[in-house]
Amino acid sequence: MEKITRRKFLSVSLAGAAAGAFTMSGKALCAGNFTGYPEGMGVLVDLTRCIGCRTCEAACNREQGLPEPAVPFDDTSVFEQEFHGGQKRRTDENAFTVVNRYDQAEGEPVYRKIQCNHCNEPACLTSCFVNAYTKTKEGAVIYNSKICVGCRNCMIACPFRIPAYAYSSATNAVIRKCIFCYDTRLKFGKPPACVEICPQEALVFGHRKNLLKIARERMRVNPDRYVDYVYGEIEAGGTAWIYLSGVPFEDVDFDTTLQKEPILANAQDFLSQVPMVLAIWPALFLGIHRLSTGGEEDGDGKDDHSDTEGGRR
Amino acid sequence: MRSLVKNGYQPVNSPVDEGSKRRWSFMEKLFLGLSPREYLKQAFKNPLNWVLGAIFVVGVPLIAYRFIFGLGSVTHSSNDYPWGLFLGFGLFVMVPLSASGFLLGTTVELFGRKDFKPIERLALLNGLLGYLFAVIYLLVDLGQPWRLPYPMVVAWGTAAVLFLVGWHVAVYLTVQMMEVSEAFFEWVHWPMAKRFIKRITIGLTIAGIILSTLHQGALGALFTYAPTKVHPLWYSQEFLWIFFFTSSIFGGLCMIIAVSTVVKKTMAWRCSDEWMERLEYQTIGLAKGASMALITYFVIKLVGVAHDNEWAYLATGWGQWFMLELAGGVILPFVLLGYGIRNERIGIIRLGAFIAVAGIALNRLNTAIITFNWNLYQEIPHLFEVIIAVTLFAVYIATYRFLLYRLPIVYAWKPLPVEVHEKETERAGALGGLRQPSAAYQEVSLID
Repeated sequence: MEKITRRKFLSVSLAGAAAGAFTMSGKALCAGNFTGYPEGMGVLVDLTRCIGCRTCEAACNREQGLPEPAVPFDDTSVFEQEFHGGQKRRTDENAFTVVNRYDQAEGEPVYRKIQCNHCNEPACLTSCFVNAYTKTKEGAVIYNSKICVGCRNCMIACPFRIPAYAYSSATNAVIRKCIFCYDTRLKFGKPPACVEICPQEALVFGHRKNLLKIARERMRVNPDRYVDYVYGEIEAGGTAWIYLSGVPFEDVDFDTTLQKEPILANAQDFLSQVPMVLAIWPALFLGIHRLSTGGEEDGDGKDDHSDTEGGRR
Repeated sequence: MRSLVKNGYQPVNSPVDEGSKRRWSFMEKLFLGLSPREYLKQAFKNPLNWVLGAIFVVGVPLIAYRFIFGLGSVTHSSNDYPWGLFLGFGLFVMVPLSASGFLLGTTVELFGRKDFKPIERLALLNGLLGYLFAVIYLLVDLGQPWRLPYPMVVAWGTAAVLFLVGWHVAVYLTVQMMEVSEAFFEWVHWPMAKRFIKRITIGLTIAGIILSTLHQGALGALFTYAPTKVHPLWYSQEFLWIFFFTSSIFGGLCMIIAVSTVVKKTMAWRCSDEWMERLEYQTIGLAKGASMALITYFVIKLVGVAHDNEWAYLATGWGQWFMLELAGGVILPFVLLGYGIRNERIGIIRLGAFIAVAGIALNRLNTAIITFNWNLYQEIPHLFEVIIAVTLFAVYIATYRFLLYRLPIVYAWKPLPVEVHEKETERAGALGGLRQPSAAYQEVSLID
């Protein structure tokens, strides 16, 4: 060890400041209150109209070129399936959307379709360390599987538990999820395959801001038919897919405890400390070093050998 | 080994053979001065080798199996528990236990506490290996391990906490390799390289403390992405990163107490007398530091519960589990360390340190796996997943032991005897005309 010259001190501090600036510039890209692209598209899902025919599942399967499922799409026995702890079906590497049935104490069962909700400020996107995700101006959350490392952090982050992972693949194990039929349809202004095929018009495709108006209008005209809430309007910063339901949302497994702010907001407490640590620590610890060693470089002279008796340096 | 040493065998601890005054060759150093046959003989006598061998026989084919048939073949392929044991244990437990490197580096190099010098190298090596194996666990877990450098060179996800973790672990691994390389350069006898490392020690140490503060904390901050999945008692949007950082302090210190205990018990032949003598004093010192971190951690954990007003959860089953973790993993070691320090009972301190290591492992497993998806279902890892995790840990132990046997970590590398050194520098001086023998003589004490 040798004396810390002023030049050396400055260079360490500058390196810290540069690193800090770099981190801050990264954050600036995603800070603020982004509430979605103004022309972003979305889908209004009306649970009171869905009859559980699963044609949307079939259309998705065909459109995305997914393998044929073990149970055919016209077989409603899948609604009886139960997984760990009574869980219903969820999206996986071969099914980007699934419909589940919720039996009610009285009246007709309620069906709920699950797929990516295409958040305004997606948690998957902000948690990805290779920026594999993109929120397009049309509103879709797409991803580049060519750079996906397969770390599965987006699956941890997604509050809707949507991204699935190609566990069965050894060489192309990447994230798989609904992309709003971006490549084949949305990009050209067309609705996704599941919406187009729905025989009940339970799914309505349009500009998100218009869909919100339609949802309100339906609730106004038919107040007894719906619970007074549009799910997805504000959840986790808002989603492109929004929902109307005739039963309380928590009864059909919607997470109603979800925060209103985007998920990224939670990590910002920590991320905002990063440039401070980078900038302050060098000076702080060099200062402590000089204080505790009395300004001498080693505290006990320059020969490192004599400071410990015996052979240990 | 023990019987060999009893019969007068002296493992390599200097650049030259004491008897013949001849330099050890690289291979001789590798075999610790034994002939290959003698070396194998003692290796077969060591029961640990048989245990490790048995684990490898089962585990290594399973690792191959995982890479041929995909992660789904050795795990439950859970989309709800994307991170299993490889990350839950391999990354989140190994990293806090490897905080020892930056802690002892700071103590000795920055705070000038040279009385902790003998154990510094063990702490640095412990840090390096912990991080190295965290990365190895990660490579086994990643879907596309060959794309691990992508966040560095292909695409920057600068807003992601994991981006910070990736960069910091990579840079810190490099820093730690340089710190530990001092011992390696002694062993291979490259005095110039060693002197270069010594010159940049302060810089390396400060880099180490910056990087450690941030990525130890970042591992905690990673879970702020999952506010509805981590149980509220283990979750704290504001403080989770501070919890992780603070607990890594006693994690690293207690890990060093634990590892030095194992070294003392199992490879006393390798430790120098001085290292053994000063171990107790240093253990007490480390325990003092660890107990302060433990009580601080306990207090801020309570602050965390109060801040988010989570008292009601304490009455639930999860709450009891939370209190058990704190009582067994924080308060109990705190009491044991305190008692041991006051009464100079090294055995009690060591017991406390082992419990604290287990406690921090439990905390990380709780956050990453056990209480994760607390309102969904609890995942029991696949048997193959457990076996692979154990196998990688066995490789870690084998590597650790391999390096401790050889590099001057717990013993001192003797300087080159003056007569040998003079002869060499004279030759160098005559060849290159760079250095006067008299000047070289003054520097003799620096070269080792």
